[in-house]
Amino acid sequence: MRLEIKDLHVHYGKIEAIKGISVVVDEGEIVTLIGANGAGKTTTLKTVSGLRKVTSGSIIFNGQDITNVPAHERVDLGISQAPEGRGIFPGMTVLENLEMGKFHRKNRKAEMSDDLDKVYTLFPRLKERASQAGGTLSGGEQQMLAIGRALMSRPKVLLLDEPSMGLAPQMIANIFRIITEINKTGVTILLVEQNAQQALQRAHRAYILETGNVVKEAKASELLNDPAVREAYLGTGAHS
Amino acid sequence: MKIRNYWNLRDWGASVWESANRPKRVAIALTSIILVALLPFAGASFLATPIAAYDAVLVYPVGIFVLMALGLNIVVGKSGMLDLGYVAFFAIGAYTMAIMGTTTGLNTWEIMPFGIAFAMIAGVILGLPTLRLRGDYLAIVTLGFGEIVRLVVLNSSWSKGPNGIANIPMPPDIGPLKFKLDDQKVFFWVVVIMILLTIWMIRRLSVRRPGRAWEAIRQDEDAAELMGIATLKYKIWSFTLGAAVGGAAGVLYGSKNLFIAPEMFTLNVSILILACVVFGGIGNIWGVIVGATILGYLPDRIRFISDARLLVFGIVLVVVMNFRPDGLLPRKKREKAIVKKGANA
Ligand SMILES: Nc1ncnc2c1ncn2[C@@H]1O[C@H](COP(=O)(O)OP(=O)(O)OP(=O)(O)O)[C@@H](O)[C@H]1O
Ligand SMILES: [Mg+2]
Repeated sequence: MRLEIKDLHVHYGKIEAIKGISVVVDEGEIVTLIGANGAGKTTTLKTVSGLRKVTSGSIIFNGQDITNVPAHERVDLGISQAPEGRGIFPGMTVLENLEMGKFHRKNRKAEMSDDLDKVYTLFPRLKERASQAGGTLSGGEQQMLAIGRALMSRPKVLLLDEPSMGLAPQMIANIFRIITEINKTGVTILLVEQNAQQALQRAHRAYILETGNVVKEAKASELLNDPAVREAYLGTGAHS
Repeated sequence: MKIRNYWNLRDWGASVWESANRPKRVAIALTSIILVALLPFAGASFLATPIAAYDAVLVYPVGIFVLMALGLNIVVGKSGMLDLGYVAFFAIGAYTMAIMGTTTGLNTWEIMPFGIAFAMIAGVILGLPTLRLRGDYLAIVTLGFGEIVRLVVLNSSWSKGPNGIANIPMPPDIGPLKFKLDDQKVFFWVVVIMILLTIWMIRRLSVRRPGRAWEAIRQDEDAAELMGIATLKYKIWSFTLGAAVGGAAGVLYGSKNLFIAPEMFTLNVSILILACVVFGGIGNIWGVIVGATILGYLPDRIRFISDARLLVFGIVLVVVMNFRPDGLLPRKKREKAIVKKGANA
């Protein structure tokens, strides 16, 4: 399995948000995209999951060109996204949200209890809250639910958009630990983050995005020690 | 479940229904259906409508409004798409009845499938390009569609333009039951049966995959797509089923009215049916039924105050919506959760 974004261009109306980026994610990796607000991280993830159409360029998954495959069919192929701002179903319970994550699976009945168990093992809190409405969960719990729900479709690659957004420091460390854990079960991860410190510690490789361009690509550990990167993206990291 | 206050009829109803076993439920359902079927015999009671014939009022506006509101609720309430052109499907059904009824010699029941099919085809044709739009855009496009259908029949010769089509045949008798204009009981029973079929269809779909997909789309369309839901397909289905119900209502209306003209299919009808849905409780079929019944019946009940009638009607709308912004019988914020807990324990 390999996810490849080739010379991607994406427009919102006349504004070009992504100006020709190329990103590769290999099987088993955690790859992170970091960059300032508005750099185009979310847009990139949305084109991978299919929510946004590309202007030009291509997305290759498992050797197949999926550039024009609709989003809901990409889920069948093994691409699953936990969207920015969580995107859970507020009027459904935690359990119903998780069940929705299996909507497209052919043998969902047979898989359901196994996969619920797996998600509940990763996020015991979700089990306690199984019958609570998604919209009444705390921010951190909603984030867990979004990730858990994305896992229900048994993805090959998991797209995470700022999983640490709005979380307390303790919770942030916890979420990143779980992301590593998920990766160890064989799920490839493409992670978008503002929290560069944590993301670089957890990821294998990283891309730095600036206003729609990739300005740097390297091993995560290298970037962690790169003075220029430290200056630009880890400024606050030094205090913690 | 505890009943929190007297106004919470919905929870009261739900608790009665949930605590009942199967024979009890059948009994409740049958009793309600019989009581409704007996309504035309209550013409001498306080329910009587001055000026307009009571049994006719029960068929139109009340019965037809309920049917249409249920259909529109599939679109607006279930999958969350604002359709302001619903009258178009009603018009397509009515004109199918009028044209085929006056030219082919087929009877109402034989024309019914055509009316439904044409409405559904129109639904798909309109839906394919427009259902990619969301929110306000969709509302505007559907509003335009409603007007286009009216303008087409107004300006075409096959529809007899503004003169409308007269001499539409009534439905053939069903055994001893005769359709008559001065006694519309049989019409009413037919509407009730169509309403029951619609309720049955909606309830079946609601607990199955389409219902779950619509619910997901309504709550967050992008997230629904990410769950692997073919959102466009399900939206078109919802739209088309709504159209089918509107078309069926139109066929019956044409066959009851014997005469139709473009001025009967204005934007006002779309708005009024939408008002029924919102007034009763968007998304909740029982609320929608209550809402359409009241909004259909009230103007005729208070017809004796003639000119002030619409004023009173408006005041009732404003007051009720102020006190109950989610409608008379709103949908449960957490539909199904209570039922599901038992099923999954
Ligand atoms: N729906 C939209 N319509 C118009 N412009 C948009 C839209 N969504 C994003 N943009 C623009 O595209 C650019 C990239 O946005 P994107 O959301 O991908 O950034 P991001 O890197 O995820 O930022 P953040 O870290 O703040 O989430 C921004 O300039 C943004 O204003
Ligand atoms: Mg973003």
